[in-house]
Amino acid sequence: MIRSPRFWSWVAFGGGLLYFFIPLIGMFEFSLRARRGEYSFQAYTNVLSDPQFHQTFVYSAIMALFTIVFGVLIVTPTAFWVRLKLPRLRPIVEFITLLPLVIPPIVIVFGYIRLYNTSSWLPLTGSAFGTDILLMFGYATLALPYMYRAIDTGLRSIDVGTLTEAAQSLGAGWFTIITRLILPNVLVAVLSGAFLTFAIVIGEYVFAALLNRPAFGPYMVWMGGNKAYEPAALAVLAFAITWACMALIQLATRFSKHTRAQR
Amino acid sequence: MTDATITDAATRPPATNPVQRLSLTWFGVVPFLIFAFLFLILPTLNIVIGAFRTPDGSVTLANIRGLFVPEIINPFWLSMKISLLTAFLGCLIGLAMAAAVTKGGLPSWIRDAMLTFSGVASNFAGVPLAFAFIATLGRLGLVTVVLKEVFGINLAGLGFNLISFLGLTLTYLYFQIPLMILIITPALDGLKREWREAAEMLGATGSQYWRMVAMPVLWPSLLGTFALLFANAFGAVATAMALTGSSLSIIPIILFAQIRGDVLQDPHLGYAVAFGMIVITGIANLVYIVLRARAERWLK
Amino acid sequence: MAFLTISHLEKSFGTTRVVKDFDLDIAKGEFVSLLGPSGCGKTTVLRMVAGFETPSQGAIRIDGKDVVGLRPNQRNIGMVFQAYALFPNLTVAQNVAFGMKVKGLPKAEIDARVTEMLGLIGLPTLGDRFPFQLSGGQQQRVALARALAVKPQVLLLDEPLSALDAKIRVSLRSEIREIQRRLGITTIFVTHDQEEALSMSDRIVVMNGGIAEQVGTPFEVYNRPATKFVANFVGTLNTFDAKVENASEGRISLDGVAMTLLAPFRDAPHVAIALRPEAVHLGRAEGREVVLPAMIEDVHFMGSVIRVRARVAGASVALDTFNRADSPPPAVGSTAEVSLSARDVIVLHA
Repeated sequence: MIRSPRFWSWVAFGGGLLYFFIPLIGMFEFSLRARRGEYSFQAYTNVLSDPQFHQTFVYSAIMALFTIVFGVLIVTPTAFWVRLKLPRLRPIVEFITLLPLVIPPIVIVFGYIRLYNTSSWLPLTGSAFGTDILLMFGYATLALPYMYRAIDTGLRSIDVGTLTEAAQSLGAGWFTIITRLILPNVLVAVLSGAFLTFAIVIGEYVFAALLNRPAFGPYMVWMGGNKAYEPAALAVLAFAITWACMALIQLATRFSKHTRAQR
Repeated sequence: MTDATITDAATRPPATNPVQRLSLTWFGVVPFLIFAFLFLILPTLNIVIGAFRTPDGSVTLANIRGLFVPEIINPFWLSMKISLLTAFLGCLIGLAMAAAVTKGGLPSWIRDAMLTFSGVASNFAGVPLAFAFIATLGRLGLVTVVLKEVFGINLAGLGFNLISFLGLTLTYLYFQIPLMILIITPALDGLKREWREAAEMLGATGSQYWRMVAMPVLWPSLLGTFALLFANAFGAVATAMALTGSSLSIIPIILFAQIRGDVLQDPHLGYAVAFGMIVITGIANLVYIVLRARAERWLK
Repeated sequence: MAFLTISHLEKSFGTTRVVKDFDLDIAKGEFVSLLGPSGCGKTTVLRMVAGFETPSQGAIRIDGKDVVGLRPNQRNIGMVFQAYALFPNLTVAQNVAFGMKVKGLPKAEIDARVTEMLGLIGLPTLGDRFPFQLSGGQQQRVALARALAVKPQVLLLDEPLSALDAKIRVSLRSEIREIQRRLGITTIFVTHDQEEALSMSDRIVVMNGGIAEQVGTPFEVYNRPATKFVANFVGTLNTFDAKVENASEGRISLDGVAMTLLAPFRDAPHVAIALRPEAVHLGRAEGREVVLPAMIEDVHFMGSVIRVRARVAGASVALDTFNRADSPPPAVGSTAEVSLSARDVIVLHA
């Protein structure tokens, strides 16, 4: 029997719905089973009252913030100059920003460990602070493809060249142009990149584990190995955080459409 | 692009103070280039060079040869199989779902909801994703329990084990499919309604249209996404680690253990394993670039 | 016997009826235009003939065979779209060959036909190009060749010229019409451009609000518009409100000047009448019995034709005169006389 395309569309969509929602339901249901014979939020209470949870989460959140600031500072001027003055560099810069999607993260962190160990020319792993710096660089590398694309798209939508020439003709210097003109205009794009970076850093495991830093990712794995129901509660929390980050991105984008329409 | 740039530079009036101009311009990109060199390119190069060195610094192929033993080559195969399969299924299912919401006549709110959800799910990878699947399909997971108690079906009895090739594939698809949906939806939007109608008017069936027009037009995007999904699965450590501990030997887990110093004695074999991973993702991308160039002959 | 018959065609989207009781007979080899503003239902009629929309009611017969139940790919109809409908991944030759390839014709036959079609559209050397390498006009000619290559019974043209530059648009008009004549293919052409419809068609269907307001030759539609809408939509029109003196004798007066109309009109205090720009003559002339004073408001020199805007009988009137090297156009602000004939007056029925 031949069905209409719409029928198959519903089948494809319905199948996807089952596959994507059952694990979410499973995860949530499991997280409520901590007390025998009844559903409760016991697992959440256990997790939230665990000082380790607080320490690792705060550590990862702070790392995320520093990564975002560092990423924005390093990517924005580059994207700006490549658009405005150095379009010849565009293929090279784009290639570099795509590399972290191609080279497995575990290979990159392996390189870090070999290159910046205590006996090397730049012994970053020699101290906790140095390792934190290295970890932040690693996170910035992981986030680079997303950060660069977000900011570059933002710059494209505001016609950087014209705006800059207009500002220059009014006597503005480069510092003024970047801080007063470019950043406010790409703020929305920067925010999108920032929330995405936050989502990536919070759940990251490999870099933190191999550099031996007390981040949230290794903590979750440790919980997974030692507790039964708390990991599911953690997963629910992680899902909520990811969802919040994506919602904030959508909000920022909607906000930008609004302001753009007004101009 | 490049041509325009050259003429642009040639016709531009000479700068009043070229030295200062140049330094200012470069100042914007130099920090980025230094950063990329030190924390992306140099570490990778270090691995590549290390793979061909003995501990005392002389050049050797012994490390590479050391890869071709069953305990290394089998994990490589397993990783490649999982990556190829999840990339393939991710592309196929993601395309079907994206086509269903963009071209299948479903209400538009479904499309928006699905894109938003895909944004979340493609980032919901790693440790929490593994927990979600353990809570669903693990020994005490919701689906396992419901199937056993309500339908009398024993998943484990049927040979299903989440800590397996199949289990890992099922889990990886949870971020592979949404990633495909996110990337391919704009490409599907680029398919013009007129192409389909013109094909129909000329007597083509739906499948002829897809085979002769839509797929060739989508091909470059499909290839690119496939390469990306492959690399995505190939390098994934956290999901597999949290799901299986280290009981499933895929290559990133072997490398992880090696870096931790648990398993392999020879550190330079670690270089070789990492180098092998770079080579495989590198080849995947090279194949992609070559195929894309051929597929895009008809583009501007 | 009509070759293509559309009878009592209706189409509703939800509660909106976009096509209402539409009838049309088209003879074999005839070139018929559906003309109307956007949203008038012309494209919907075309898409129902093509098979992309299912009629809510009514029948469409091609060569005596009801096609309403057939899928688009079973109807043997050729169609050219507004723009961008060439398959971007195929060369010009492959685009033209597409329909024959899906039919499974032998390669030699396809190749011969492709060569023939490329010759027909005057692009014999461009077979290996990809669509993006062609100009808009060339793309539309290839689209025409692609549609005609499968020897369709009917050719549908959905505003094929509206995305092109003005100059190419005009030259392509005559080219399409010539190819259509040579092949003798029954054609429906949808357009919102009255000039296109007038210059290309055997007959025009003027549509408005889902209804065919008038069906006729370009000459009939232009000179004897059946409704006020047709009169206004097709060509430029000067409208006046004339005083009815004696309806049964056809006598009216315009600005105090009496005239007798041939066309009938209803008995009312006033009647709306209209004149084409070429029916109003600057100065007196033989056979134009009505003479009115005028004040020149504006002069547009357009080459062979000079369009003058003048105030006549309280209305701003456009009138056309041919350029003559020995008589310069009137000065703006000067007074003049215009003459017209009651025979040219169009009575506008509401």
